[in-house]
Amino acid sequence: MEQIQTTRGATWLRLLTDDAPAVHDWPSVHVCNAPLAGAPARWIAVLPDPASRFPRARNGEVGLVEGWQLARAVQETVEQDRNAAVKRPIVAVIDVPSQAYGRREEAYGIHQALAGAAGAYAEARLAGHPVIGLIVGLAMSGAFLAHGYQANRLIALDDPGVMVHAMGKASAARVTLRTVEALEQLAERIPPMAYDIRSYASLGILSQVLGVADPAAPGEDDLALVRAALEAALANILADPDPERGLAGRLQGEHRAASRRVRELLRSQWEAAN
Amino acid sequence: MTDIDKLLRRDSFIERNARSRARALLDPGSMRELAGPFERLHSPWLARQQLVTQADDGVVVAKGTLDGAPTVVLAIEGGFQGGSMGEIGGAKIAGALHLAARDNRRGIATQAVILFETGGVRLQEANLGLAAIAEIQAAIVDLRRYRPVIGVSAGTVGCYGGMSIAAGLCSYLVLTREARLGLNGPQVIEQEAGVNEFDARQRALIWGLTGGAQRVATGLADACVEDDTPEVRATVARLFAQGLPAQNRSDRAVEYLAALAGIDTGAQAAPEDVRTTYTQGAA
Repeated sequence: MEQIQTTRGATWLRLLTDDAPAVHDWPSVHVCNAPLAGAPARWIAVLPDPASRFPRARNGEVGLVEGWQLARAVQETVEQDRNAAVKRPIVAVIDVPSQAYGRREEAYGIHQALAGAAGAYAEARLAGHPVIGLIVGLAMSGAFLAHGYQANRLIALDDPGVMVHAMGKASAARVTLRTVEALEQLAERIPPMAYDIRSYASLGILSQVLGVADPAAPGEDDLALVRAALEAALANILADPDPERGLAGRLQGEHRAASRRVRELLRSQWEAAN
Repeated sequence: MTDIDKLLRRDSFIERNARSRARALLDPGSMRELAGPFERLHSPWLARQQLVTQADDGVVVAKGTLDGAPTVVLAIEGGFQGGSMGEIGGAKIAGALHLAARDNRRGIATQAVILFETGGVRLQEANLGLAAIAEIQAAIVDLRRYRPVIGVSAGTVGCYGGMSIAAGLCSYLVLTREARLGLNGPQVIEQEAGVNEFDARQRALIWGLTGGAQRVATGLADACVEDDTPEVRATVARLFAQGLPAQNRSDRAVEYLAALAGIDTGAQAAPEDVRTTYTQGAA
């Protein structure tokens, strides 16, 4: 896998929360409480931990511990707000290079840890917590499924360092029996295969793409722009008439015609099959 | 009857294709296939890459009853593109689960079985497969509030990638000894981390760590069954009859974190280490 910069998540979390103290002493999952639109919110990011006990999860990967800690960070928010009239928004600041690839991880069930995280975010959304994912760097595969993909709204920065994909280029080429060059050529005409954020945006899954001046070291204007987008996303979620606040809004993209056709067929045939 | 006779008479679940598996789980005569092959739902993305398509995109949506209860079976065809999830197959599963949850909100207690035979995202449709898997996960979490969602992986493909995370969200999981359940396949780990981390040729290691018997012994799945269709069906029916679990496996972060805090990560993990850790702690 390519060497990648994984500290954008830390930078954006720190700046957007004005250095709010961590709720837990967890080195690789940073959780804090800080305002969004003037009201309390929970903020979560995955950070590298070079000293992790798990050698395959030292560069910001989502591993066993990260998966279950993400789950805990979200679950405790839901538990604390169980009887509250207003459910706190949860902001996932996303910069995750991959899931952890290792023997220990498989042995102890990393799939279950990531299910813990994905399930917690989905349950929070169903419980009425507005969940927003802010993609500031990499959003790769299982790591993205665990941290952010269950959000009501996804916002990404418009930058070459921002990428979404199911597998790193080198491995994807090997698995599909292609060269990296062939993969890159295909990606130019097959939008879902591309790695860049503009191709991903054409799928219709993002609610917004934001151009900032410096995604690695954002200034005041960049921060103001992102804050405003998060606040707008929050207002938009709260105004959603769908009581389930599901993910149907992601199906409207120009490259998801087949998804819409399948959903429509199922809807029309479902009742008839009763 | 001798063991050989028993073996010869056994009604293998693994040898059935996806459609036949779905039919075998539902009450006789009750199955209706939705968004079936006559709708010609070929993957538009595989076609653009001059790759073979299939009219059902490798997923069967079968609606019917199981012991009289409204049930939808979502069967992945491991024989087509390794059971990989593309846009259409993914939309079939997510869409059907969503409608099952909607049924429950309208007073119809529809339940779901997912037959996992999948390597995960279809890399030729990469981001649309990943998006569909996120939507499948959302729909499982929605539906499992009302009725159990039961995952079955029989083999021989196993259950990997983002779909292993979906399996981890199910209310109950049923595996055969031949099944494997894990996030990253051995070959991908070997490519990413080297042969010392995982030697993908060591079949005993793969099944020892991620096979059906081990996953059930460590509490990461609920039942290990023979490759026998009546036994698979009876186990699924028994789990539905149990109703919702007291706690979903994916909700047990506190127990799993406590168990993981106690393990020695200096050495590589062996199957018996995992059994010890998860039978004393989380499981």
